[in-house]
Amino acid sequence: MNPEELFLVELTVNGTPLSARVPARRLLSDFLRHDLRLTGTHVGCEHGVCGACTILLEGKPVRGCLIFAVSVAGSAVTTVEGLVNNDGTLGVVQRAFHESHGLQCGFCTPGFITTIHAYLKENPHPTEEEAREAIAGNLCRCTGYQNIIKSVLRAAELIDSGVRDDH
Amino acid sequence: MTTKSFGEPILRKEDPRLVSGQGRYLDDLGHDALAAAFLRSPHASARILDIDVTDALEVPGLIGIYTYEDLEGRVAEPLPLLIPHPALLNGRTGYPLANEYVRHVGEAIVMVIAEDRYVAEDVVDLIKVSYEILKPVVGIENAKAAHNAVHPSVPNNVSAHSVKEVGDARAMIESAPHKLSLDLFIERSACSPLEGKGVYAIWEEDSQELRLWSSTQTSTGVRAAVAAKLDLPLQKVECIAPDVGGGFGVKIMHPWPEEVLIPWAARKLKRPVKWSEDRREHFISSAHERAQEHHIEVGFDEEGRILGLDVTFFHDNGAYTPYGIIIPLITSTQLLGPYKPASYRVEFTSLFTNTVLVIPYRGAGRPRGAGRPQGVFAMERTVDAIAKYLKLDRTVVRERNFIQPHEMPYDLGLIFQDGRPLEYDSGDFPASMAMLKKMVGWDDFETMRSEYAAMGRKIGIGVACYVEGTGVGPYEGGFVQVETSGRINVATGLTSQGQGHQTVFAQIVADELGVPIEDVFVTTGDTRRFPYAVGTFASRAAVMSGNAIALAARQVRDKALRLAGEALECDPQDLEIVDGIIRVKGDHTKSIALKTVAVLSNPLRYAFDESAKAATQFAVGDTSKPPVPEDQEPGLEGKDYYSPMASTFANGMHAVIIEILPETAEVKILRYVVVHDCGRVINPMIVEGQIHGGVAQGVAGALYERMAYDESGQLQNASFMDFLMPYSTEIPTVEAGHLETPSPLNPLGIKGAGEAGVIPGSAVFASAIEDAEGFEIRRMPISPSELWELRRTMKENA
Repeated sequence: MNPEELFLVELTVNGTPLSARVPARRLLSDFLRHDLRLTGTHVGCEHGVCGACTILLEGKPVRGCLIFAVSVAGSAVTTVEGLVNNDGTLGVVQRAFHESHGLQCGFCTPGFITTIHAYLKENPHPTEEEAREAIAGNLCRCTGYQNIIKSVLRAAELIDSGVRDDH
Repeated sequence: MTTKSFGEPILRKEDPRLVSGQGRYLDDLGHDALAAAFLRSPHASARILDIDVTDALEVPGLIGIYTYEDLEGRVAEPLPLLIPHPALLNGRTGYPLANEYVRHVGEAIVMVIAEDRYVAEDVVDLIKVSYEILKPVVGIENAKAAHNAVHPSVPNNVSAHSVKEVGDARAMIESAPHKLSLDLFIERSACSPLEGKGVYAIWEEDSQELRLWSSTQTSTGVRAAVAAKLDLPLQKVECIAPDVGGGFGVKIMHPWPEEVLIPWAARKLKRPVKWSEDRREHFISSAHERAQEHHIEVGFDEEGRILGLDVTFFHDNGAYTPYGIIIPLITSTQLLGPYKPASYRVEFTSLFTNTVLVIPYRGAGRPRGAGRPQGVFAMERTVDAIAKYLKLDRTVVRERNFIQPHEMPYDLGLIFQDGRPLEYDSGDFPASMAMLKKMVGWDDFETMRSEYAAMGRKIGIGVACYVEGTGVGPYEGGFVQVETSGRINVATGLTSQGQGHQTVFAQIVADELGVPIEDVFVTTGDTRRFPYAVGTFASRAAVMSGNAIALAARQVRDKALRLAGEALECDPQDLEIVDGIIRVKGDHTKSIALKTVAVLSNPLRYAFDESAKAATQFAVGDTSKPPVPEDQEPGLEGKDYYSPMASTFANGMHAVIIEILPETAEVKILRYVVVHDCGRVINPMIVEGQIHGGVAQGVAGALYERMAYDESGQLQNASFMDFLMPYSTEIPTVEAGHLETPSPLNPLGIKGAGEAGVIPGSAVFASAIEDAEGFEIRRMPISPSELWELRRTMKENA
């Protein structure tokens, strides 16, 4: 058997151009985690259900485990690491999770944060029911979701009050 | 004054790291390690005839293929039986890799090590195994029938049998004015943490040392087990639990086969090796829980007081019993909950089946629950049945059977899972029930029911109570150290899976020492920092390590005050510590910083920084005494252990109001109310979070999740597509009320809280569905189609 052919994949990740040579079948989630070593994106099921690997592709939330890295070469990707403010303080959704006890073990959290970040761009003033729907594509085993819903509402409140968010 | 943090909703110290992608979970480590993948049995019961690796050997990047034949020394022996028990007559454990026979789908047969995981899985696909397929035993009925054997050497598939009696329950039932019998079933579910298991091992050839990381609930347990298996001195093995993405029980089992095999391979290959479990592997090779079948005979008087309770149940323990029979033991002892039947008899039989092994799942364990949800389901269904029979309010029958506050401590006459007498230390059940009824509007519910009925809508209300033994021994320890920078290092051996230990333990130390919480840094689950520990399960961490850390902090405080007293030339009793400064009470001009006392505590020869300069021999000390006085140690630190005489018992009561849709039989949750008593609360925000999460698992176990095995032992829903773990849209907003009856058993007066939410889940929903529909609910979980079918059968029979 021959070794696998490698392809150069160049991406803009969290505003920085990064690249690696990988096989065609390398999942975007694995590419980010193991080739680029950005391990904030987590993998919970590898079949697109749990949402832990959700990243923003050109600003839209997608499952990193359902996309090959080669198929998004040239794109801009944002991960949970990239939602931290430029001065190192927490981004607004991250801060809201902290203030609302929106996480316990923290494994599913990055996928929720990226999802909510994108959602609030489209709907900056969700009701509680809308907040519940907004996170209904991500699984969490620890929190019972109650404080994640609270985090969505808190993030919206923080944005309204003009709290710094660079992204 | 230093702000008191015990009892305050302090925001978590671990969050900033975890929300910004800086957590370090198992698979975030070891990027350059070799990767392992496993070939697992596709059959529930089979004999392995041949393993052909010819094609597999051609794959570039392959490092090694290992079968049972390759295993050496104690690695080739059966895995340990962790918790032996006299009732466990026929305990059986598996091998790290299957030795001729496989006994459940998912059992590991071949380990492949390769340059990366993709390649390792390619290799697995090319290995051909031929099997002689045997007839499997699936489900409690088949196990009982014993037409086939899971282990040929175990008669009737029975691993364990136990009978316990308090009084003569059978005679009491016989002579009771009223009798009922019930058959109650609970199906299998699983902990399902979002992060699967994982192991990463580095072997240092030069120093002959092993460092391993495991996504575990007990790093000390894994360390000891691996050292024994690899025949290494304990001192040559260190085990670290990194950030762990949820446990709920499944990660307290150890050593998992992979926890033995990955270090073994790392040593053999002299290269770092890592394995991260994928979701399918987790479903078919980790652990499940809950499947039990109960038969109940109960005798009671006109008032509904239970005179005799006789419970016979069967427990499905899967293919192996490495964790003993903890689950049925917990069911049998915790079944009674807050009630005091005049007599009690419980008999259980634990059965082998060709399915994944079981391990206490929350409620039997944050492990959330272990064996308790089943026991509570059995007891609460029984109480509801008595109420229905006597046409009494369900809460009235409960109140009449409650152990009263003045009867505490209450000895139930049984032996608990820790081998100690089952004695409730505290609790005020009538007060809890009164609070619950008020919160949920129990007495006004009939009005609400009529209002809904007028709109053509059907609603029901359910109630369930539980008592939970928490803070199970034998012990935990704590270490507290003040650095000369003022940084406070705290370590305890047990592990964390999201319970906020870095925060709650810091709260305890901040209060005990009088320092800002920002200065306190907690490490858990790292044998390099604290080698003695048991693990995180059964809602024990806050009770056990919390108290141990408090005791260690008190030692540090005493030593600091003594040294400060010498420096300030005053009686230590006149001193206080506020915001990290030790000062004379009432005279704040006389003071010394805690960090300066840390400097004084450690007389130095070498000045490596400014604070050290102050501690060098020419700077400090009474020249008439040795630099470190006899019977003292250098450094400002303390270590202590907490080992309780007995478990402390938390309790709670849940009520749910549901609506059942007429066409689809879908259950909608209108309100979910929890009243719980976990003693003194360290951090109410974190306790409430634990309850939310527990309730979510309770709802999941009652209405959605189950392990769907077919008759050949194939798990048909081994993915998140088919195993219905609820999303936010299925989980209610929890209204929680808190009652604090401090535990008299420990210095901090706390009880465990990790499982409070999950335990009464199936019981409370069964109660509510029965109330709404009017017919008996005897089997949980219940899906809309099952409920719809039940309705139809009831209508036909009517």
